[in-house]
Amino acid sequence: MRYLPHSEAERAQMLAVIGAATAEDLFARVPAEALLHEPVNLPKHSPEFLVEAHMRNLSRQNVAAGDGPFFIGAGAYRHHVPATVDHLIQRSEWLTAYTPYQPEVSQGTLQMLFEFQTQVAHLTGMEVANASMYDGSTGTAEAVLMARRLTRRNRIVLSGGLHPHYRDVVRTYLGDGPDLVCLPASPEGQGDILNRIDADTAAIVVQTPDFYGHLRNLRAAADAAHAAGALLIVVVTEVVSLGLIESPGALGADIVVCEGQSIGNPLNFGGPYVGLLATRKEFVRQMPGRLCGETVDADGTRGFVLTLSTREQHIRREKATSNICTNAGLCALAFSIHMSLLGEAGLKRLARLNHERAVKLARMLGTVPGVELLNKSFFNEMTIRLPVPAAPVVEMLAQAGVLAGLPVSRLEPDDPAVENLIVLAATELTTDTDIEMLADCLNAALQGDA
Amino acid sequence: MSMNNQGRPTGTCSAGAAATGSSLLPNEPLLFEIGDTEHSGVDLPDVEIDGAFLGGFERRSEIDLAGLTEPEALRHYVRLSRLNYSIDSGMYPLGSCTMKHNPRLNEKMARLPGFADIHPLQPVSTVKGALRLMDELAHWLMTLTNTAAVCLTPKAGAHGEMAGMMAIRAAQDAAGQGHRKVVLVPESAHGTNPATAAFLGYSVRSIPARDDGTVDVEAVKAALSPDVAAIMLTNPNTCGLFEPEVIEIAAAVHEAGAFFYCDGANFNAIMGVVRPGDLGIDAMHINLHKTFSTPHGGGGPGAGPVVLSAALAPFAPVPFVRKGELVEHVEGQHLGRITAFNGQMGMYVRALTYMLSHGGDGLAQAAKDAVLNANYIKARLERAFSVPFPGQPCMHEALFDDSFLAGSGVSTLDFAKALIDEGFHPMTMYFPLVVHGAMLVEPTESESKQTLDRFCDVMLELAADAKAGNAGRFTSAPTRAPRRRLDETRAARLPVLTWSRPEELPQAAE
Repeated sequence: MRYLPHSEAERAQMLAVIGAATAEDLFARVPAEALLHEPVNLPKHSPEFLVEAHMRNLSRQNVAAGDGPFFIGAGAYRHHVPATVDHLIQRSEWLTAYTPYQPEVSQGTLQMLFEFQTQVAHLTGMEVANASMYDGSTGTAEAVLMARRLTRRNRIVLSGGLHPHYRDVVRTYLGDGPDLVCLPASPEGQGDILNRIDADTAAIVVQTPDFYGHLRNLRAAADAAHAAGALLIVVVTEVVSLGLIESPGALGADIVVCEGQSIGNPLNFGGPYVGLLATRKEFVRQMPGRLCGETVDADGTRGFVLTLSTREQHIRREKATSNICTNAGLCALAFSIHMSLLGEAGLKRLARLNHERAVKLARMLGTVPGVELLNKSFFNEMTIRLPVPAAPVVEMLAQAGVLAGLPVSRLEPDDPAVENLIVLAATELTTDTDIEMLADCLNAALQGDA
Repeated sequence: MSMNNQGRPTGTCSAGAAATGSSLLPNEPLLFEIGDTEHSGVDLPDVEIDGAFLGGFERRSEIDLAGLTEPEALRHYVRLSRLNYSIDSGMYPLGSCTMKHNPRLNEKMARLPGFADIHPLQPVSTVKGALRLMDELAHWLMTLTNTAAVCLTPKAGAHGEMAGMMAIRAAQDAAGQGHRKVVLVPESAHGTNPATAAFLGYSVRSIPARDDGTVDVEAVKAALSPDVAAIMLTNPNTCGLFEPEVIEIAAAVHEAGAFFYCDGANFNAIMGVVRPGDLGIDAMHINLHKTFSTPHGGGGPGAGPVVLSAALAPFAPVPFVRKGELVEHVEGQHLGRITAFNGQMGMYVRALTYMLSHGGDGLAQAAKDAVLNANYIKARLERAFSVPFPGQPCMHEALFDDSFLAGSGVSTLDFAKALIDEGFHPMTMYFPLVVHGAMLVEPTESESKQTLDRFCDVMLELAADAKAGNAGRFTSAPTRAPRRRLDETRAARLPVLTWSRPEELPQAAE
């Protein structure tokens, strides 16, 4: 077995030092009835080439996003990741290091996290950021809990433009009840969240660009929340948008949560991704998750450590701000490297390119009879209404090799108001040919349907 | 700059951007000190856009993001990486963390386009292979644990704990047992256990350990009452011991109408040898980043699938794969969704690749070797170190306390830092809390006898030196690492969490 270094002779030598007759003797404290005497009913060990063949066979049964025209977004986006990123994150010293609890031998990871926190704070327009969350959805739930701790109020209001999965995760974390208000889906960018804030409201949660692609007025939301003593939590699932759209921090957000996958991380069927969480300096002691801070060593040399850990479970146990232990370290590294490669100039160009592609897509969709574009504003994602239920049309296009977007009914099966809607995204990888093929196929599908 | 006898710098240049260290052990400036907002390492066309669809929300504030060209970026991250210890460069004897070898085949497979380049919301007809993979992984996990169901989606161990405990809460609510508001947690538990219980609104009742480091079934029985929802028990426990009365504990818990949540952080000791389902557990998370070799990545991402007994299976969160179909919505009892999308697919691929490589037979051998290695270390060190719970074999980790250091002026922390100077990463310190000055050593199955001997030789030499009165070597350690000891108090008192331009820093008061 290629991963196990001992020979049988070495095992025997070690047992002799221990003073045990057999390896089984070391399991003497296990109740006899619980010890397996037969091997588990699973395949035997396998050489590398056979394992690889098995996995390749599974992999081939999937259609990769890069195999044809691709327009799915809805919280996970297909962007180009420079080769340098994947090369660097596979270096042993990044890939196979543990959490940097021993700072003297972990300065690489710690300095990277300090740089990551700074990038996230600048990008979101906030003062501080943590060292990452599992993903955007769990980060949103943690932000909501943080807002409750900060305000000592309980009521949370979720915008109808919040990603339905994010809403569902918040509902799971908080439980159903009168303190959680989930506004109905707002595919046309409408919404009455400003009228739903009261004196018991801890926070309102607004996504921009929202799930349907609309850009939301954060300034108005912040003013209304603050007037009632509530906090504004802003969710951004497409972090590239921050290269073109005003930052939530500049518009009055109190906590910003982003899904960072778009920068540095592949689609991966949904994970691992990286959650970004940023806030005001005064709220830092109620933040969940790890924080990296600057200090000096015994010689006075600058160095970095995990800090403010008296918030965390390994110190505070049942009084911790969160039960979180592991974060998304390697995905945060990929984010940070890609963001360093882009820099401010590159991020702005990337964002403009995404928007330019999306405008092209919107204009082309407008030429397809029966297709109605619901957005007056968008970054790189938009919603269209078909004259017929969307899911069968999307499936028909998939069979033709075009992955046309997300039928909203997949996430909202109980809401007839969204049955005919498709959410579509364009990125820098979307070509004119892709857009033309989509329009042609959609046209054919709708005409065939009629 | 002074050098030690290995030619490594012991002192360093003054703090700041100009510090460069030596060519082999760099003092790398911050990204923001070498890059600027004009440079970029990505070539992108500069397209013109009109604001017709931007609704007046264009960015007007500056971002202030430093950019690097490609060669500069490579150098920055390669130089930073050299300041890290890693499993590929040496033994990582961190108890409770299972720092085992991370096979590179796993990485190669996770990057196949059919896994890495598929979207979580693609039509299910286009991701049949991904669903088969999830089904296969589930089969392996259920077979190894003898359980009825598994929820793959938790993003890490603590997230799996949350999902498992939520399933318990949902099952009790459905059975009209929602009044149960207490969770029993042994003192030796991981901090995530009480944190998870408290997060879900339970109060935590602590169970003391016996003198032999294990949980007394009578203590559990005494703590059980009609308001107890569950016990959260780690087995093998955090003292590195198998709980000998675990079957009796499970029976008592069930008799009292409560559930048995098992923390699976130490599953590496028993995979293929003991099936937790045979012990009577109802739920247990499995850290794929510990037991099944997915890389720790400097602190994540992890993956924490949670296996469930038949009683809890109907309360698993969505989504899950059933008979090859992806189930994303269930009427009625399911507790909902704990994360967007389908969990840590990239980790599923790595873990299944590892399982197929090892096979059921190899996993059992790995567990036995992990236990053998820990007992070997214990046997070699026990005369010089102090073993808090002697007279019994340990499982996959060996626990020592600090009584062997009494009067030496050397603390567990000092001892651990001295290990760095000898080329090893420290062991887990001060955990579990039930032992004074704990040192928890987990070698894993990946270490050869030669490496274990070198580690033991170093440990014995350090112990002898501490007892000989050479405390200074320990209290000043490390001296051969990229940094000396760091001032953690200062970091916490005046938190500096982001970089600021020098001119933006507040002027010192003095």
